[in-house]
Amino acid sequence: MGMTITEKILADHAGKKEVVAGELIMAKVDLCLANDVTAPIAIKEFEKTGLNKVFDNERIALVPDHFTPNKDINSAEQAKLLRDFARKYNIKHYFEVGEMGVEHALLPEKGIVLPGDLVIGADSHTCTYGALGAFATGVGSSDIAACYMTGEAWFKVPESMKFVIKGKKRPFVYGKDIILYIIGRIGVDGALYRAMEFTGEAIKDLSMDSRFSITNMAIEAGGKNGIIPADEVTISYVKERATRDFKIYQSDKDAKYVFEMEIDLKDVEPQVAFPHLPENTRPVSMAGNVTIDQVVIGSCTNGRMEDMRVAAKILKGRKVAPYVRLIIIPATQQIYRDCIKEGLTEIFLDAGAAVSTPTCGPCLGGHMGILAKGERAIATTNRNFVGRMGHPESEVYLSNPAVAAASAVLGRIGSPEELGIKGE
Amino acid sequence: MILNGRAFKYGDDINTDLIIPARYLNTSDPKELAKHCMEDEDPDFPKKVKEGDFIVAGKNFGCGSSREHAPISIKASGVSAVIAKSFARIFYRNAFNMGLLILECNEADEIKTGDELLVDTDKGEILNKTQGKTYKIMPVPEFMVELLKAGGLIEFMKKRSTNK
Repeated sequence: MGMTITEKILADHAGKKEVVAGELIMAKVDLCLANDVTAPIAIKEFEKTGLNKVFDNERIALVPDHFTPNKDINSAEQAKLLRDFARKYNIKHYFEVGEMGVEHALLPEKGIVLPGDLVIGADSHTCTYGALGAFATGVGSSDIAACYMTGEAWFKVPESMKFVIKGKKRPFVYGKDIILYIIGRIGVDGALYRAMEFTGEAIKDLSMDSRFSITNMAIEAGGKNGIIPADEVTISYVKERATRDFKIYQSDKDAKYVFEMEIDLKDVEPQVAFPHLPENTRPVSMAGNVTIDQVVIGSCTNGRMEDMRVAAKILKGRKVAPYVRLIIIPATQQIYRDCIKEGLTEIFLDAGAAVSTPTCGPCLGGHMGILAKGERAIATTNRNFVGRMGHPESEVYLSNPAVAAASAVLGRIGSPEELGIKGE
Repeated sequence: MILNGRAFKYGDDINTDLIIPARYLNTSDPKELAKHCMEDEDPDFPKKVKEGDFIVAGKNFGCGSSREHAPISIKASGVSAVIAKSFARIFYRNAFNMGLLILECNEADEIKTGDELLVDTDKGEILNKTQGKTYKIMPVPEFMVELLKAGGLIEFMKKRSTNK
C-alpha cells in the first residue's frame, strides 16, 4: 500500500519505514514554535522540570506577535518571559519587536520552516506551513514544554482527505476563497483529526501567498494539517531562503484517502463567511446589504505581499467610506518595507487607512482594532466566532483582501466589480 | 473512577474563544482564567459552577485556537470532566496533556442543564439520575490513560527520558 505525503513525513520522523492512519507514534520535531500567549505556559512548565538545557537552541522559535508591541502591563510581563528565556538558553530564532512579524508569515519568509519538515507550534494556525510541503500542526503549550525537553512529540497518524483543484480562477479569486469555499461545503468539523491534502492542476497557478492562505485555514475545518506537495513554485520560494537542507515528499499514486472532493474554480466566486462560523459562506454577489464599521486587512491568513498589492489595486485613488475604519497590517517587517518601496503605503494612507506595525492584534480581539457592542467588521482574518474581534455582540465577516478593500470604500460588503474595477 | 455532579449543557462547536476569550489571555494564572470561563456563552457559569460539576456539549467541542488556557480555565473552575459528542483535536490533545478528563458520548444531546450525573469511567457509563437514563461513553484510548496516570505529558516525558 502506498503512503500519502503526510504519512511519509511522519514515518521518516518517527524512524519507521511506514506508518498507517490511526497509529500512535513518537516523532522527532524539526522546529517548535510558540508566541507571547502560549510560550509563557510552556516556559513555566519547562522551568518546573529543573532541566538546565533545551533539546536544541536552533530548533525553537519564539515570536512575540499576539499582544505586541505590548498592549498592557500583563502582556509586557508575558513578552518578558519569552525574552528572558531566549537570553538564558541562547534561542536562535527569537524575534524582538522591530524584527518580529506575524509568526506564520515570518518563519517561511526567513527560510526557517522548509519542505519535508515536521513542525509543531503552540498556535492553531501552525498548519500554514503545509503550503511548503511540510507536516505542520497546532498543539498546546504542554507539547511545546515537552518538546523543549526531548525534541519529540506524540502523534496519531491522521487519515488523509484529498481536495483536487482544477480549472481557471475567476476575477478576484485567491487562495482564501478556495479554502472558504471548501469549508462552506465540508463544515467546521468536516476534516476533524484528518490531513487535508490539496492537489490538482490548478495548484500550479497559485502563488505561495495564496497557498499559505489555503493551508492556514485547514484548522477551521477541524483538520490536523493542510498540505500542498512542493512543486517548482515552492522550490523557487524556498531555495534562496533555506537555512538548512530540505527534502521533497510526494504522495504515492496508490496512497489511501478516506475522502476525495473535486473543486472546479469556475464555480468559485470570491467568498464571504458570515457570523459566527467560517462555514457560513456565501458568494460575495449574494452578500446582500451588510453595512460595516471596520475593515481589517492583515493576519497570518492574508497579511502577505500579494494581499497588500491586491488591496492597493482596489484602494488606489479611492477613499474609505465615511465613519468606516480601515486598518492595514503588513504581516512582517519585510512586507512593511516592501509596501513603502512599492508605493503601496502611500496609496493606503491616501485612501484614509491606518497602517500598523506587524501584530496579530485585532484578529483575536487582542488590541489595535477592537469592536464595540453591535459593531460589524469585514476582515481578511480566519475566525468569525462570537466576540472574536471584541464585544460578544459584535460581528466579523471573513473575505479576501480585494473584497475587504472594496467594502471599505463602499461602506458595506461588496466586490471590486461594484467599483468598476476589472480583475485580471 | 466515579464522578458525581451537575451538568451545564451547551450546544455544538463551542470554540475556545467562548471557553476563554482572548482578552483574558494576557495571563496564564488558572484562578484568573477560571473567573472568565465560558463567559461569552454563559455569563453566569463562573458564579454557578461547583466543584465536581460537568460541562456537557454537542459536536466539535473546543474548536479554534490552540490555547491551553481553555482546558486550564475549565479545570480551575472545578469541572471534573467535559462530556461531548466529539472534541476538536487540539483541545482533545491539550486536555489529556494537562490532565483534564474528557469523555465522548454519542447521547450527550439528551442531557440537560441541571441534570445530576454519575459517571463511572471503569464501567464506561453515565447515569443520568434526574432522567433515570444510562448512556455509554467511548472507551478512553490506552495512551491517553497512560498520560492521565502519569499526571500529564510533562511527567510522562520525564519518565520516558529517564527510562531511555
